[in-house]
Amino acid sequence: MFIRMIAKAFIRQWKKMTMIAFTIALGASLATAMLSVMMDVEDKVNQELKAYGANITVVPKEASVVNELYDVGEENVSGSYLSEDELGKIKTIFWAFNIVDYTPFLNVEAKLNDGSPVTVSGTWFNHHMKLPTGEELDAGIASLRSWWEIKDGNWIDEQGKDKKDVAMIGRALAEEEGIGVGDKIRLAGNRNSKQLTVAGIYDAGGEEDDQIFVTLDTAQALGGLEGKVDSIEVSALTTPDNDLARKAAKDPGSLSVAQYETWYCTAYVSSICYQIEEVITDSVASPVRQVADSEGQILEKMKLLMILITFLAMIGAALGISNLVTASVMERSQEIGLMKAIGAHNPAITGLVITEILCTALIGGLIGFFAGQGFAQVIGHTVFGSAISMRPMVIPLVAVLVTVVTLIGCIPAVRMLLNLRPTEVLHGR
Amino acid sequence: MSLLELKNVSKIYGNLHALDHINLKVEKGEWLAIMGPSGSGKSTTMNIIGALDKASEGEVLLDGVDIAKKSARELTNIRRDKIGLIFQQFHLVSYLTAVENVMLAQYYHSVPDEKEAMEALERVGLADRAKHYPSQLSGGEQQRVCVARALINYPEIILADEPTGNLDEANEEIVVELFRKLHEEGTTLVVVTHNPEVAEVAQRTVVLRNGKIDHESINENFTGRIKHITLQ
Ligand SMILES: Nc1ncnc2c1ncn2[C@@H]1O[C@H](COP(=O)(O)OP(=O)(O)OP(=O)(O)O)[C@@H](O)[C@H]1O
Ligand SMILES: [Mg+2]
Repeated sequence: MFIRMIAKAFIRQWKKMTMIAFTIALGASLATAMLSVMMDVEDKVNQELKAYGANITVVPKEASVVNELYDVGEENVSGSYLSEDELGKIKTIFWAFNIVDYTPFLNVEAKLNDGSPVTVSGTWFNHHMKLPTGEELDAGIASLRSWWEIKDGNWIDEQGKDKKDVAMIGRALAEEEGIGVGDKIRLAGNRNSKQLTVAGIYDAGGEEDDQIFVTLDTAQALGGLEGKVDSIEVSALTTPDNDLARKAAKDPGSLSVAQYETWYCTAYVSSICYQIEEVITDSVASPVRQVADSEGQILEKMKLLMILITFLAMIGAALGISNLVTASVMERSQEIGLMKAIGAHNPAITGLVITEILCTALIGGLIGFFAGQGFAQVIGHTVFGSAISMRPMVIPLVAVLVTVVTLIGCIPAVRMLLNLRPTEVLHGR
Repeated sequence: MSLLELKNVSKIYGNLHALDHINLKVEKGEWLAIMGPSGSGKSTTMNIIGALDKASEGEVLLDGVDIAKKSARELTNIRRDKIGLIFQQFHLVSYLTAVENVMLAQYYHSVPDEKEAMEALERVGLADRAKHYPSQLSGGEQQRVCVARALINYPEIILADEPTGNLDEANEEIVVELFRKLHEEGTTLVVVTHNPEVAEVAQRTVVLRNGKIDHESINENFTGRIKHITLQ
């Protein structure tokens, strides 16, 4: 009987129910889209920012002091180095999982055949590592220089058969020296000289266009700096900074034990830096400021905006629903009065009305959910240039939001229904 | 003991005494008509007897229980279990068929039973209209559905407020005839009416004026039938 009544009431009031479903669908679609984007956006923005390269650089302690004092840039004037042996440890820190990629650098001065000086950077390209934990991984510069355009040839393949005696040359230098892919060049370093084959020519759009990139081994051999590196660039997924992170960044020692714990176990850029310093002897890890900061701010602002939109959409939906449901109850006041007169208790009638509306909400919510998915994709493609992956968490969240909003929307109608006195509607005054 | 007894019942709206110290007894199986000019308090009386409204003062004894002091919830139970209501405007649920409207009363009472609901419609001569919606029924037919709905849960008393107010003479006769049948079966009836013809057929008539009982009359030659017609 209950079901029959609901079904029939539905058909009878289909216009109003459609309006209610539509209102809910609208709210649900916005909420779905915003929540999906919001949940996905953190990674999206991080991926986006990863395109800008590293967000942490690691240098020897002394070099960091000298850098701060004299701002000497690339050159290693302090004469201190990090140890190549320790590089693997970066993948063993608490937040190892958040380390997307990293690579060491060793810059040495060398002379080309014609005697012109050139900066040679040794680094990893697709360096294969076995970690102390037994894991294996490839790390290297490619993802940290995603903006490089390979004009000719290819990235160096460290694992390939061309092995180590290869080089990549910046576009400007290659043009100046008339070097092309496949050419052999001779580099004379401080200690040794080497004959290398040019594997690729890149356009970095900056000062790296005047450099030569070689494998770390090659650079170490040229400079006689076996086992040493100048700096490490790390790309890590980080949580936007908050007050705790800022306080910790100044001095981790100032934190209480509980705060320290929270900070250490959150992927703040400062805690990741701290953890890197813990594993790399005599190192200073620091965030690449501009990027790391704006990243957090953009993200926070976007999230705030989306929460606001979701919130407003929900308020709008609640208002719309409350109007429609109240109108529907008013229209049915005689019917409701009659039900009361023939012995229906308030909960029975309230249950009937709310079930009707919740069924409508279910339909509207489903439509809205799928529409919102599409909506999220549109946002993903227009704003981030990539698809938004659906987070399962969105489903219960939207379900709860829709239910709560629908129930809130029903409150005025239910109050009216409870206060409705059969004598007032049945005698047709 | 009377089935229903009003003792000094008043209903006061602001400073208007819609009912002013009414004393009234209705015996089990009796057919009572209430008459009176508009605004005299007929509907107010019905609401109080029908547990739809509470008296401001006095006692309303139904089956010896004072319903004037009951909570809204208890009043709902009393309506459900003991009272069958019939209104001038019928008040059928428009999206339910005739039989479903009858079943609705069963649903809120206990469990809907389509067979029994059909039997009730048969009693009012509407078995063939069971699947029709109110909009497909004439006023008289609608009111007969209401009678079926009022009697489906075997109420102690059936209250009808202007049951024939919206009906033409022919339908009025049909409804009155139904009342006569119910009366013969021992149902207690209280019928509010403007129409002397409908009042005359009852056993007893109470006339209200300004919230007071003006006078009472007993129908000496009670037959339950409207005089100028002969139904077979
Ligand atoms: N809810 C209310 N608030 C204020 N006054 C009311 C209310 N209900 C009824 N009254 C007043 O009480 C008096 C009796 O009303 P009631 O409806 O009982 O009259 P009635 O005899 O049924 O009239 P009618 O024949 O027109 O139906 C009227 O004066 C009416 O205005
Ligand atoms: Mg009246």
